[in-house]
Amino acid sequence: MSTYKVPTMAEMAANGQSPEVLFWVGCAGSFDERYKAVTQAFVKILNKVGVSFAVLGPEETCTGDPARRAGNEFLFQMQAVGNIQVMNAYDVKKVVTACPHCFNTIKNEYPALGGNYEVIHHSQFLQQLINDGKVRLQGGGEFKGKKITFHDSCFLGRANNVYEAPREVIKALDIELVEMKRCKTKGLCCGAGGAQMFKEPEPGNKDINVERTEEALATGAQAIAVGCPFCLTMMTDGVKNKNREAEVKVYDLAEMVAKDMGI
Amino acid sequence: MSILQQLAFVLILGAAGYILSKRIKFLRRNILLGKTETRNDQPALRWKTMGLVALGQQKMFKRIVPAFLHLLIYVGFLVINLEVLEFVLDGILGTHRLFAPFLGGFYTAAMNMFEFLAVGVLVSCFAFLIRRNVLKVPRLNKPELKGWPAMDANLILVIEIVLMFAILKMNAADQILAERGVGHYVLVGPLFFSGLFHPIFDGFSNSFLIFAERAAWWFHIIGILFFAIYVTYSKHLHIFLAFPNTWYSNLKPKGEMKNMPEVTNEVNMMLGIPVESPAEPPAEIGRFGAKDVNDLSWINVLNAYSCTECGRCTAECPANITGKKLSPRKIMMDVRDRAEEVGKSMDAGGAGFEDGKSLLGDYITKEELNACTSCNACVEACPVNIDPLSIILQMRRYVAMEESGTPAQWNAMFQNMETSFSPWKFSPSDRFNWADKVKESEQ
Repeated sequence: MSTYKVPTMAEMAANGQSPEVLFWVGCAGSFDERYKAVTQAFVKILNKVGVSFAVLGPEETCTGDPARRAGNEFLFQMQAVGNIQVMNAYDVKKVVTACPHCFNTIKNEYPALGGNYEVIHHSQFLQQLINDGKVRLQGGGEFKGKKITFHDSCFLGRANNVYEAPREVIKALDIELVEMKRCKTKGLCCGAGGAQMFKEPEPGNKDINVERTEEALATGAQAIAVGCPFCLTMMTDGVKNKNREAEVKVYDLAEMVAKDMGI
Repeated sequence: MSILQQLAFVLILGAAGYILSKRIKFLRRNILLGKTETRNDQPALRWKTMGLVALGQQKMFKRIVPAFLHLLIYVGFLVINLEVLEFVLDGILGTHRLFAPFLGGFYTAAMNMFEFLAVGVLVSCFAFLIRRNVLKVPRLNKPELKGWPAMDANLILVIEIVLMFAILKMNAADQILAERGVGHYVLVGPLFFSGLFHPIFDGFSNSFLIFAERAAWWFHIIGILFFAIYVTYSKHLHIFLAFPNTWYSNLKPKGEMKNMPEVTNEVNMMLGIPVESPAEPPAEIGRFGAKDVNDLSWINVLNAYSCTECGRCTAECPANITGKKLSPRKIMMDVRDRAEEVGKSMDAGGAGFEDGKSLLGDYITKEELNACTSCNACVEACPVNIDPLSIILQMRRYVAMEESGTPAQWNAMFQNMETSFSPWKFSPSDRFNWADKVKESEQ
């Protein structure tokens, strides 16, 4: 038995190799205690399937998304241009990321600054692996016979019209998917987008994540699936706010697939 | 029709045309207060978008009840206006039902169709009045509609109801006169809906009926001309502007924020990256982001004038749903109101943009801007593809880069990103630590 490998672009370049795909981990995937588990789960899947991948490791920095959405274009472009220089130096062609904010920024906003890559979200990547038969799901385990609801990330859904890939992954797990009333194009934000993740909400009568969690809980689902680190935090906090954390768990898609694969 | 009536009609028509052309010039100038932006790529897709979204009402059908009622008014408006062509020609030439002899049975069918649509419009307008004022549908009763906007909405519905009644009354009186063989009145054939009014008018004398028919005719045509001018002062402009507005839709992914090339040049110079084309001095010294209407794109202002204040955006806005001050509809109304204010001031030889006021602060507050999650729900919800988010984000750029006025927690996030390349305060050297655990575990 060998251990899991997490090659960096620098190591591969030193050996004269280049991977098929760069796994863009993102700040939440690197630093957030909860989301590190998602990064680890996704890396294990990549190992199991034998995907040729690498990460930037310490060379990665924030894409700049929250700075741009908070209005600080200078800071955004400083981050973006730095990242593009690094990625272009490694001749990166394809990028996969578990963060819809990184996904949106690298895919849609880096081209104007000289960064042109094929960018896909990990839900799309997982769907491809499942469709190609590279990931064989047991359709059982922890989730067997359970109801689950999927919370659309705004930056994946409305921002980039990715609605079906995450749902296909859930269906492949043989789980009953129950939709919230506000789903897909009408999906309600978790409350973290547009740099809201990094400040207290403006005065109002309710927190957005609580509003959204109530809707998710009303479906009777025993788990809430997400495809975004910010949504994961917001929905987990929402479930805690409703004192339901003992029965209702919040998972990222990659974690669910990894669990099903027994890794 | 006497020559005096013809003369009066031509004078009224000319006056209405003159006022309308002045109003169109005013609106055009106001829209072009925004910065130039070229957006005419992919013309085929643009025509298709306009066809589906404006002409085909595609996005209205997300809410089926108002979509159906709105469709009745929309089709009624389009089709009944064909009859206005006959009205205008009759008015100028002094004829009566000019087309009837040429079209024969088809004319009767067309008249019945117009009457059917007129009844459809009546039903819808009553239903809309009830939705606004009795059922008090939440999105139609938000604070930003207090005062003139609510009055404007009700006025439009009442005007349409009155105009439709005028058509039916005119046809009823006209056909009774024709049956009696009075003067030039033409028997069109059985008209179903106005026929229902016959018992009311049957007992009246010919002279009264002629008066009633003429009064309704004049009322209808002057009403339509008045309405055409009124629309230019009203949220109801969407009936025309929805078409150019959807043609100029943003066809890029909704998540993409427009790049600021003026910043890119500076960033490249700071990072020692050779700037490909040496930065030419900008033609005019602009500011970063948007403080006022003239910092926005003309398409943002066109969006504002196309808004009919339906509030579907606000009803879907997560910030608004949870009681925050932000309402995307109010953002659009504010942009339009500010453009109107500046435009009027300029025409009066006043200060224009230099009036000591601005869109930011006097109309839109930072609290509203700061509440946005950039989730695109408002953009998705708009039946005519208005983009409030684009305006919010441009104004946030002004607040951040020109005023350094972002909330303290965002400033802290900026600082983290500058020093540790992450929005959180973690050491960049710890970025790859997550992999340690994975590398130790066996496959």
